[in-house]
Amino acid sequence: MTMTRIEVSKTYKLFINGAFPRTESGRSWPITGKAGDTFAHLCLASRKDLRDAIEAARAAQPKWQAATAYNRGQILYRMAEMMEGKRDELAQAISAVPNGPLAPARTKSAKRPASRTSSLRLSVSPSLSPAAEVSAAIDRLVYYAGWCDKYAQVLGCHNPVAGPYYNFTVPEATGVVAAVAPDQLPLLGLISLLAPALVPGNSTVVIASNTNPVPAAVLGEVFATSDLPAGVVNILTGKRDELLPHLAPHRDIDAIFAAGLSASEAQMLREGVAENLKRVQIHDVAAIAAGEQGQSLEHIRGGVEFKTIWHPALA
Amino acid sequence: MTWRSPTVDTVMVGERAASFTKRSIKNATKRELLTLALSMLDLTTLEGKDSPEKVRGLCHKAMRPFERDEQMLGVRLPSCGAVCVYPSLVPTCVEALGTSRKVNIASVATGFPSGQYPLEIRLQDVRDAVNAGADEIDMVISRGQFLAGKFDEVAEEIRAVKRACQREDGSYAHLKVILETGELETLDNVRLASDIAIQAMDDVTPSGTGDGNIDFIKTSTGKVQPAATMAVTLVMLESIRDWYLKTGKLVGMKPAGGIRSAKQAVHYLVMVHEVMGPLHAGPGGSNPWLTPHYFRFGASTLCNDILRQLVRLKTGKYVAGYDFSEA
Repeated sequence: MTMTRIEVSKTYKLFINGAFPRTESGRSWPITGKAGDTFAHLCLASRKDLRDAIEAARAAQPKWQAATAYNRGQILYRMAEMMEGKRDELAQAISAVPNGPLAPARTKSAKRPASRTSSLRLSVSPSLSPAAEVSAAIDRLVYYAGWCDKYAQVLGCHNPVAGPYYNFTVPEATGVVAAVAPDQLPLLGLISLLAPALVPGNSTVVIASNTNPVPAAVLGEVFATSDLPAGVVNILTGKRDELLPHLAPHRDIDAIFAAGLSASEAQMLREGVAENLKRVQIHDVAAIAAGEQGQSLEHIRGGVEFKTIWHPALA
Repeated sequence: MTWRSPTVDTVMVGERAASFTKRSIKNATKRELLTLALSMLDLTTLEGKDSPEKVRGLCHKAMRPFERDEQMLGVRLPSCGAVCVYPSLVPTCVEALGTSRKVNIASVATGFPSGQYPLEIRLQDVRDAVNAGADEIDMVISRGQFLAGKFDEVAEEIRAVKRACQREDGSYAHLKVILETGELETLDNVRLASDIAIQAMDDVTPSGTGDGNIDFIKTSTGKVQPAATMAVTLVMLESIRDWYLKTGKLVGMKPAGGIRSAKQAVHYLVMVHEVMGPLHAGPGGSNPWLTPHYFRFGASTLCNDILRQLVRLKTGKYVAGYDFSEA
């Protein structure tokens, strides 16, 4: 007689400070699959999980920035390697859950100049097969891995001054970056925001896609085995409408990268940061999906501060 | 003299201490407790690299923990209980804190942190600190003597230090006896050392608190791990409680080292409330250990975490570590 084997299904948890804690709130988040059944139960991250993640990120940041650019590049490349090993699981996580709506919901209350509004609108439908999305995300990590020991040469400069001085401008990490992944392209969108933030030595807190947060939950397992120091990447699976209001006013976040936000969400972030002058970059999902345009030095520039140094020159 | 103390049930003390961390504290209460904890702080710097500049900064922080308190919190926060420094920096504190000072000067002495110096040198250390203007002396016991079972010697040293705390006008500097519980191995030892310290201090000034002299027992130097824990503090509070029940006299308590977060501070205050509150030992049945007179926290990073939480409670926004001056 053979016994029917009961499948052992995975418990998805948050990824904070290199560990996989459950949410402090004790809440779970059932994710409906394509067949209408429950595909997974995720942790529904709370404000306090966000607080913990930011504290972990703040603590981890100086060491990550102090790592050599070469080493950071190696680790980003390692992340790509480990993703390659998990590509089936990632593709399945993407395909098992219906993709988000084509265009994010808009509210008319947000008044923006016409030219800026058009830049937010989706011009291309970002549709990729799950396997192609995983490949694109891995390639994107490799792309940014290469930039780690090069971006400073391109963004930095030696400034001409009238006097016996050298005058250098060098880019440095801005600190803790919050990345808000779009509803569509739950994996590529996330990596496109996360990877450029890591390049100069920022630590990050990621809020996963809200229509399909499962790939983000899998990513934590990838990053935990990528030689990435604990706390440099923290991944929260939680509702944007709960977590987003706490990002802009939190003084320990230095920049916010987001994609595919609704106009009202974008407005909330921009108004929130007016008080503490942190940087907020809100991208169009389609622009991030597009192969060559989705990745550029400009994304790295969003996460750096420029430092200018005077140094006496020998006559 | 034969020293005898009640035995301690290590497991149950651990359980009971842990239970104090599981109370639901409402925001209004939390605000009160954090403000109280701030006033109980012995803002401490005990490093070889302490300079007069650093100590001056610490003194200003102790007098006004948060410069923008009225602007951001709508209230003027209390000053800290004391600054705690090495004896050589006491004159700097006297100068920085001014004449009409609200913040006491605590000085570690007796060859802190090891205490492994000849007795005469340790006593001179105390006299120098008192003469320089220290209001409170934090002494270390000889753990080596204690572990060797020489309890009478330990008690006699504490008596000698207490006598050395006497100023020329006859008044005494407050004495805090550091047991260094991290080196005492067992909670039974912690209880015994607490009882010895309390008895020895009382032998010198048996009139108790009437003359404004307050004796403390303190957990740790902060130089040894583990430093203050809830369990150790509970055992020491029980010793203070039993002494009060026996004699009616009040002894202060100072956990020090390892208390870094506002949440931990709240846990300690919950413990003080539940263990000492039912004694109704203060005026009008109040709890004297919930005042800076009889309870202190030896800490430095705790200060800014308390301030962070107070701002967060008031504004709903999280603040960055660099929003506050260094402690």
